[in-house]
Amino acid sequence: MTLTTTLTDLANPTRFLSLTARVLPWLTAATAILLAIGLYQSALAPDDYQQGATVKIMFIHVPNAWLSMFVWSVMSVAALGTLVWRHPLADVAAKAAAPIGAAFTFLALVTGSLWGRPMWGTYWEWDARLTSVLILFLMYLGLMALWRAVEDPSRAARAAAVLTLVGAINLPIIKFSVDWWNTLHQPASVFRMGGPTLDRSFLIPLLVMAVAFSLLFVTLHLAAMRNEILRRRVRSLQMMQASRQAA
Amino acid sequence: MTALTALIRRDIRIALRVGGGALIGVLFFLTVVVLMPFAIGPDLALLARLGPAILWLGALLASLLTLDRLFMADHDDGSLDLIAMSRTPLELSCAAKALAHWIAAGVPLIVATPVLGLLLNLDAGSTLAVALTLLVGTPALTFTGIIGAALAVTLHRGGLLLAVLVLPLSIPVLIFGVAASEAAISGPVSFGTPFSILAALSLVSFVVGPFAAAASLRHGLD
Repeated sequence: MTLTTTLTDLANPTRFLSLTARVLPWLTAATAILLAIGLYQSALAPDDYQQGATVKIMFIHVPNAWLSMFVWSVMSVAALGTLVWRHPLADVAAKAAAPIGAAFTFLALVTGSLWGRPMWGTYWEWDARLTSVLILFLMYLGLMALWRAVEDPSRAARAAAVLTLVGAINLPIIKFSVDWWNTLHQPASVFRMGGPTLDRSFLIPLLVMAVAFSLLFVTLHLAAMRNEILRRRVRSLQMMQASRQAA
Repeated sequence: MTALTALIRRDIRIALRVGGGALIGVLFFLTVVVLMPFAIGPDLALLARLGPAILWLGALLASLLTLDRLFMADHDDGSLDLIAMSRTPLELSCAAKALAHWIAAGVPLIVATPVLGLLLNLDAGSTLAVALTLLVGTPALTFTGIIGAALAVTLHRGGLLLAVLVLPLSIPVLIFGVAASEAAISGPVSFGTPFSILAALSLVSFVVGPFAAAASLRHGLD
């Protein structure tokens, strides 16, 4: 019950703006502190007996890869909010999340390929995991192209919502089909049956970094949503002024 | 039911007549396949090895090319609004239109496959296998494609945007289509497994495609 009332309260953009104005400085500070701790711990983590110092790329790579998929799920929830509940901020949330998700996906690809060069001997391999993340990246770009193709934001919002939900169904299909097709990337080692296989000296910095990156996403997302709301207000004010001058 | 059969018959008739453009897809398919030896070189052994992949890529691109006509013409002359307002559920009408589009534009591609297989040095068995996988797989391409077609018509944008949106969705179909053809021709994997997954993808797209297309039409037409 409280969740629905909170969501209804947030439907008012002015209330959302004032709330986020109060929350954002704290979130930014928390993100900066956690990132600092995580980076410090990652730097102190021991070298791997096989991979040497390159194992430290993992502390950046894995949180980015997790978030690349998490952001699409956030956008899918926002798409449901647009289509089903017609929540006025849902399309703002979906639109603001897409470039951030694309950036996380891009960073996951770049750090992975930097790690792959010394370890696998190649920057790029048509491996299952790499390919499906690349397709995820393409779908983010397609979604952003869709947002940019239409001037009317509410019309673009509904089209983008349909595409986001279809993409949410398709992503697991792509993941498994590509798994079946070709594979080189190592299997999951943190969230698996029977507990993580990762040593504690790597696991703790990794989890700190994962939380820090999630906070980074929340901070960037809220800030981007504020910008989008303000951008829309500026747009409607400009329209009003233009029509007044015409009259 | 009669409304749906009438819709299917009407769409097929429009597609096959002058200005319909369903057969342009076959011509495009032929051109893509003919282009390949110029890019790869006229090495018959290599062409035979790449044959199934070339045929699948050509069919994918050809079915993409004709997609944006699916709702556009109906939108321009206003009949899409009539279809949306009629008592038949919009999901069923979308499914009927997709089926008609597949019959008019997809089946000719499959019929053309044996001839094109000859150009690519595929033997009769391999060509038959590719044609069979296309028969099972192209409905999935059409039924996921109508989502893109519906988005394109509500946004008044076709062409490249449609391609960018639809192509990533068709990757699984391509993977399993080529895998099944390869398995039938040479592969150590049995033909049945990728073929059944291909059929499953088509069945899933029968459900998801019309609903998503109808949703985007309903929200987008006003």
